[in-house]
Amino acid sequence: MSAPQFTTLTARCVVLPVIDIDTDQIIPARFLKVTDKLGLGEKLFCDWRYLDSGAPNPKFILNQPEAEGVQILVAGHNFGCGSSREHAPWALVGWGFQAVVSTMFADIFKGNSVKNGLIPVVIEPAAHAALVELRAQNPDLQISIDLKSQTVSWPGQTPLMFPIDPFSRTCLLEGVDELGYLQKFQKQTEAYEASHA
Amino acid sequence: MSQSPKTLFQKIWDSHIVAEEPGAPTVLYIDLHLVHEVTSPQAFSVLKERGLKVRRPERTVATMDHSIPTKGGYEAADEMGRIQLRLLEANAQANGVRIYGLNSVQRGIVHVIGPEQGFTQPGMTIVCGDSHTSTHGAFGSLGFGIGTSEVGHVLATQCLLQRKPKTCEVRVDGVLRPGVTAKDLILAVLAKIGVGGGTGHVFEYTGAAIRALDMEGRMTVCNMSIEGGARAGMVAPDDKTFQFVSGREFAPKGAAWDKAVARWRQLPTDAGATFDQTVTLDASTLEPMVTFGTNPGQGVAITQPLPLPSSLADANERAGLEKSLAYMKFEAGQPILGQPVDVVFLGSCTNSRIGDLRAAAGLLKGRKVAKNVRMMVVPGSQSVKQAAEAEGLDKIFKAAGADWREAGCSMCIAMNGDQLSPGQLAVSTSNRNFEGRQGKGGRTVLASPLTAVASAVAGRIADPRPLLKGGKS
Repeated sequence: MSAPQFTTLTARCVVLPVIDIDTDQIIPARFLKVTDKLGLGEKLFCDWRYLDSGAPNPKFILNQPEAEGVQILVAGHNFGCGSSREHAPWALVGWGFQAVVSTMFADIFKGNSVKNGLIPVVIEPAAHAALVELRAQNPDLQISIDLKSQTVSWPGQTPLMFPIDPFSRTCLLEGVDELGYLQKFQKQTEAYEASHA
Repeated sequence: MSQSPKTLFQKIWDSHIVAEEPGAPTVLYIDLHLVHEVTSPQAFSVLKERGLKVRRPERTVATMDHSIPTKGGYEAADEMGRIQLRLLEANAQANGVRIYGLNSVQRGIVHVIGPEQGFTQPGMTIVCGDSHTSTHGAFGSLGFGIGTSEVGHVLATQCLLQRKPKTCEVRVDGVLRPGVTAKDLILAVLAKIGVGGGTGHVFEYTGAAIRALDMEGRMTVCNMSIEGGARAGMVAPDDKTFQFVSGREFAPKGAAWDKAVARWRQLPTDAGATFDQTVTLDASTLEPMVTFGTNPGQGVAITQPLPLPSSLADANERAGLEKSLAYMKFEAGQPILGQPVDVVFLGSCTNSRIGDLRAAAGLLKGRKVAKNVRMMVVPGSQSVKQAAEAEGLDKIFKAAGADWREAGCSMCIAMNGDQLSPGQLAVSTSNRNFEGRQGKGGRTVLASPLTAVASAVAGRIADPRPLLKGGKS
């Protein structure tokens, strides 16, 4: 299995302007019985996306024609709060998202995302509000993310720096496998264990 | 070398550093890895693909809790649940990992059995693919939830790559009044800081009200740290901590015990150590708390009216509150007391220990669950269940009309057959009131075991304090 890689992305987006979207909304617990990562994209935002009859909810953003081919999600503050389930980024990636733009991400979700090539892009509230406004006027608006320069931009917006852990950034740019990296410390681990026995 | 004052967190962090490379996160040693059926299968698959084994099986403990039916037996689970449970058994067996399996008399919720069996000890680093691993911080350990990729990292290397979080002191002074519990205390903290207020931080709970809590109360508080966005919550260990750990199966014994306690006594935060942030609360002003919305930060004192969206200046927050109230079918400005209840759930890693069951049974004794209410009581472990039965608590619950179940996560996670029907309102002692958390379309009000019992008896959301005085709620 190769490590996920990311360099640049220019893509259309959808906006889910709700704050505090928790991982139970991203992927409800009843779908966590899988023993692999397959099929979770179909259940992404399941309880918002489908009506009780099982038919797609026409009001939900992912069911609208403009969601076709979209790769970036613009979401409200504190995205991914709640459980540690990595099924949340698996579901987002499974659907086709490669980045989420918000003003804040929950810690565990953020860590899980970068391990799956899903970029959590944090921008200031004013820029976020401007982006949401612009996107409302133009469904074809494209967002550009450049991981090397750690910048995000869209038409009319000069590139904005976004924070990302430098190690995660290197891993994503170079396709470094984190488990492989950790395994290099076997000697130090043995020494630690010997001194703490 | 001069020793600058350190926090409890800093001491544990510093003593677990295996290596640090420039630009990279710390390689942190993990003392105890708890594993359950839901977040481990894909991690074990990675090990298998790479020809790796669990590096330290004796530091790894597995249990079945999330998808296990509380009716008992595999047969009660659906096919995917059965596959998941059997896979955990197979993975544990193939790697020599201790497992509290289906027929174990000590099986239970991962965060209940860790402390119960004596695995959880002060000063440890403890992880699990479960966000409520923060529970273990009650013992003065650093416990936090991890994703499945990280579960694989720990299985294979016993280490994790971690950036050092910031620290936040949550200082709770004063004395809790009768009828106000650890659960109310943490719900009040969350109402104050909000569901994202602790993001990037580790909490250390301090102050007279925290010191006065017993170990179970401290676990309840630390358990919900993640509901404020903090990955971990900690309480400095003291004699209560040592007394709780002492004599448990996996606790140190004899000379090793004395050595351990001497070491643990060095853990509390030094005088003069500083935190990145401090939040304070006065316990003596608190009332029983309930949530009214769709995240655990949306809580109010039970006697208070529901907040008005117009009181919020931020448009996004206002929209969030409106969305929550609409989902809950609650009206802004109205009291939450008296709202009709369909289900009462007593259980979960927050409130399913023997003390919780004793408190609940004490209030329920001689009373009946209202006709329109279904009450489920789910012990946190089979050991808790046996202890409760030895005291006759099960008889009190059953006589009142409540359902007495086998141990598991049950209706807290609603992936094991225990769940709400659409529209039903539950008063629940669990930790999350997210939309659909307890079943699609279900509505959850988080509360203490006492408030849960008072509400079960009244058939509506009720204040437990009149019942405690022997009156009617």
